[in-house]
Amino acid sequence: MRLIQFRPEGIYCVPGQFFIDPWQPVDMALITHGHADHARWGMKRYLCHHFTVPILKSRIGPDIQVQGIGYGEAITINGVQVSFHPAGHIIGSAQIRLAYKGKVTVISGDYKLQEDGLSTPFEPIKCHEYVSESTFGLPIYQWNTVEKQNEEMANWVQHNQSYKKTSVFVGYSLGKAQRVMKAVEGIAPLYVHYSIHKLNQAYESLGIQLPKYEVLDFREDVKHVNQGIVVVPPALVDSNVIRKIPNMAYAICSGWMTVRGARRWRSADAGFAISDHADWNDLLTAIKSTGAEKVYVTHGQTAVFAKYLNEIGIDAQEVKTEFGEEEDEAPTTKLEGSVL
Amino acid sequence: MKTFASLVHALDSTNKTNQKMEAIHHFLEVAEDKDKLWFLALFSGRRPKRGVSTTLLREWVKEITSIPDWLFQESYASVGDLGETISLLLPPPIGYMDFSLAEWMDKIHNLSRYDESQKKQFILQVWANLPHQERFIFNKLLGGSFRLGVSTKGLINAISSYYNLEASAVSHSIMGEWTVENSSFEELIHGQYVDSNLSKPYPFCLAYPIEGVEQTLIDLKDWQIEYKWDGIRGQVIKRNQEVFIWSRGEELVTDQFPEIVEEIKNWEGDFVLDGEILAIADGEILNFTALQKRLNRKVISKKLLEEVPIGLYLYDILEITHQDVRQESMQARRALLEGLLADKPLINIKISPLIQVDSLESLKSVREQARDINSEGLMLKHTNSVYHVGRKKGDWWKWKIDPLTIDAVLIYAQKGSGRRSSHYTDYTFAVRDGDNLVTIAKAYSGLTDKEIQEVSRFVNKNAVEKFGPVRTVKPELVFEIAFEGIGWSTRHKAGVALRFPRILRWRKDKTVAEIDNLESVKKLIH
Ligand SMILES: [Zn+2]
Ligand SMILES: [Zn+2]
Repeated sequence: MRLIQFRPEGIYCVPGQFFIDPWQPVDMALITHGHADHARWGMKRYLCHHFTVPILKSRIGPDIQVQGIGYGEAITINGVQVSFHPAGHIIGSAQIRLAYKGKVTVISGDYKLQEDGLSTPFEPIKCHEYVSESTFGLPIYQWNTVEKQNEEMANWVQHNQSYKKTSVFVGYSLGKAQRVMKAVEGIAPLYVHYSIHKLNQAYESLGIQLPKYEVLDFREDVKHVNQGIVVVPPALVDSNVIRKIPNMAYAICSGWMTVRGARRWRSADAGFAISDHADWNDLLTAIKSTGAEKVYVTHGQTAVFAKYLNEIGIDAQEVKTEFGEEEDEAPTTKLEGSVL
Repeated sequence: MKTFASLVHALDSTNKTNQKMEAIHHFLEVAEDKDKLWFLALFSGRRPKRGVSTTLLREWVKEITSIPDWLFQESYASVGDLGETISLLLPPPIGYMDFSLAEWMDKIHNLSRYDESQKKQFILQVWANLPHQERFIFNKLLGGSFRLGVSTKGLINAISSYYNLEASAVSHSIMGEWTVENSSFEELIHGQYVDSNLSKPYPFCLAYPIEGVEQTLIDLKDWQIEYKWDGIRGQVIKRNQEVFIWSRGEELVTDQFPEIVEEIKNWEGDFVLDGEILAIADGEILNFTALQKRLNRKVISKKLLEEVPIGLYLYDILEITHQDVRQESMQARRALLEGLLADKPLINIKISPLIQVDSLESLKSVREQARDINSEGLMLKHTNSVYHVGRKKGDWWKWKIDPLTIDAVLIYAQKGSGRRSSHYTDYTFAVRDGDNLVTIAKAYSGLTDKEIQEVSRFVNKNAVEKFGPVRTVKPELVFEIAFEGIGWSTRHKAGVALRFPRILRWRKDKTVAEIDNLESVKKLIH
């Protein structure tokens, strides 16, 4: 019997009779992390890491039926041993390990190997089958070290200040925004958009200390942010709201910013290739460290990455999923309208 | 190279003209003279000879990174720029080589004297010692064009405003054949070399597409009306017995058109003329596909000279007996041109005829029939207009004929380059040929960003085959393709070639059963 199947509703654990990150309503959903493409609305019951619980409640609704679990803690569902292990992607993100009759399958969800100082670092898990993402599965994607990234962002803010400009960072409100906040801590007064503040509260409820910031109310006059640092979610780019910020220079923080063309497409003043996904080398490192004999490649560069894995002797197969709608995974989405 | 790299980066990361201008001004303030000359040279298309082939560069990067060729291709398709792809694929640098732009250009120049292993040693050393942005620039410097983020016009405006000069004077000063070795930046842009250089052309005067015909052509007597010819716009210069022909792309194309040179050489006096280079056989203008056979050839065979004879239709005169007459009125310049040609035995060269009509109605019908004589439409020049530098609204208008159109189906898609490298933007279209589909055109533009995203999603879901970066898609999406002309072609499977094809609109209302067939497309040729 196969331990997992790829069904129209999502990834299904056959003996366990539950789904992992399903995209259609099901009875029982195990959730790798709180991003919208992995944690969707409409499941009867949710199971996720403790840290993901407040995020799901904040995202989907306070009255959902959700159970939290710690990293490494094992529970049994219909005879399948289930445990959650750090994926290093965002806070509470987990790889889900399934063990049944001596066979082990790990579903990675999204992951990264770089330590961002906020999420619990990635932990390699030995398994027979590994389901890996491949968002940045091309060798052109190689991240700078976190120190170098932080240094570049800080330099950019200082450069803007010398030209009397306000530095606006655009980053996904869950994960990226908090990383940016930490990177630029202490350089200038920090302001964040309300949607980020909401998720910051979830972070703080878990005892994670974030830099001091002020919530920016775009219905009011925002002139006082001049020469400071503002962090906003991608939905605000090209909106009238963002234009209220005085003397603005704006930077997009996303792995896609590696490529000149992508930076120009978004016509930002700067682009920082900072990602919560693994780069090419880290994808390979992670996969090799699992020792898996079979790899299923999901969202991203599935075809290319699966082909390459096969060439280097790792049995890999491309799987179509409906993941990849979150900002860092969807370079093509030009966000319209404004979110206030 | 740090100064130059930060200039490139600044130009690259803004769309705002004044910010680009600021960046250039900053560079002009801090850069060395030779670096400024190189900057000017590179950004105005004067690139040095390529010292090492792109094939070798690809081989070496694959060797260093040990990635297979197909993966290199996929990466290249996703980035869209070879120099950038190579730079991104390489491992992080282990050191730093600190040289000025001019010093780098010297080193690159010296490459042509090296053998292959010396070249390899040098390039690999550079790659290992430059950070990404500078490595990318180095790769661009190795060959290929270097037009990043600023147009020649933007460049000229920035320089002229920095030095407080007339933009037209600067563009005049930097045209023509100067070299970095023999020039000084300040002298060059101040026009110190202009007089000594016989071949110096003037910037072309260009026309805007007409907006309101009725509102513009109030009194037809105020307008000089000519056909718009579909050839190569050229500036013919004769000074001190020497003849030069410049194309609008600021290229010297003298050697490509010996018929014109021979004829002009026999004319007395010195002058600068503006006209259209055309393929003309037995007095009839041939379509552009014929002219294309004569372009960019090192050697022109006798056979080709007979098959595709070249002629020149003259529009204007810019200089006579070393006197710049561009500020004279159109009417006066036309009279000067007619005077110059009066006693010449015109063989391959003619004056572009004027169209005399007494009403807008008859002018419209002249325009509608323009295609029959391989003209693209009409040119309307105000009789009082001076010969402007570049484009200026109001004096010169082009009134092109409506494009030809066909409905075709999308069959191949490829990701774009540059800012669109993450989308499928390059499309190949087919029409029906019996029971089959036959490729009719490629087109890159004409869709909105939103439509591009929609097509990209369709391609991702409906790709039936992949050859490298190209995706074969289910023939389902129908587009209306517009083009300026059509001719027979042996190089295309369909047997015809479209000129300037572009997507006019996405016909979501049509199915693949309703596209055009090849026979009806061929009927558009005359
Ligand atoms: Zn995610
Ligand atoms: Zn994801």
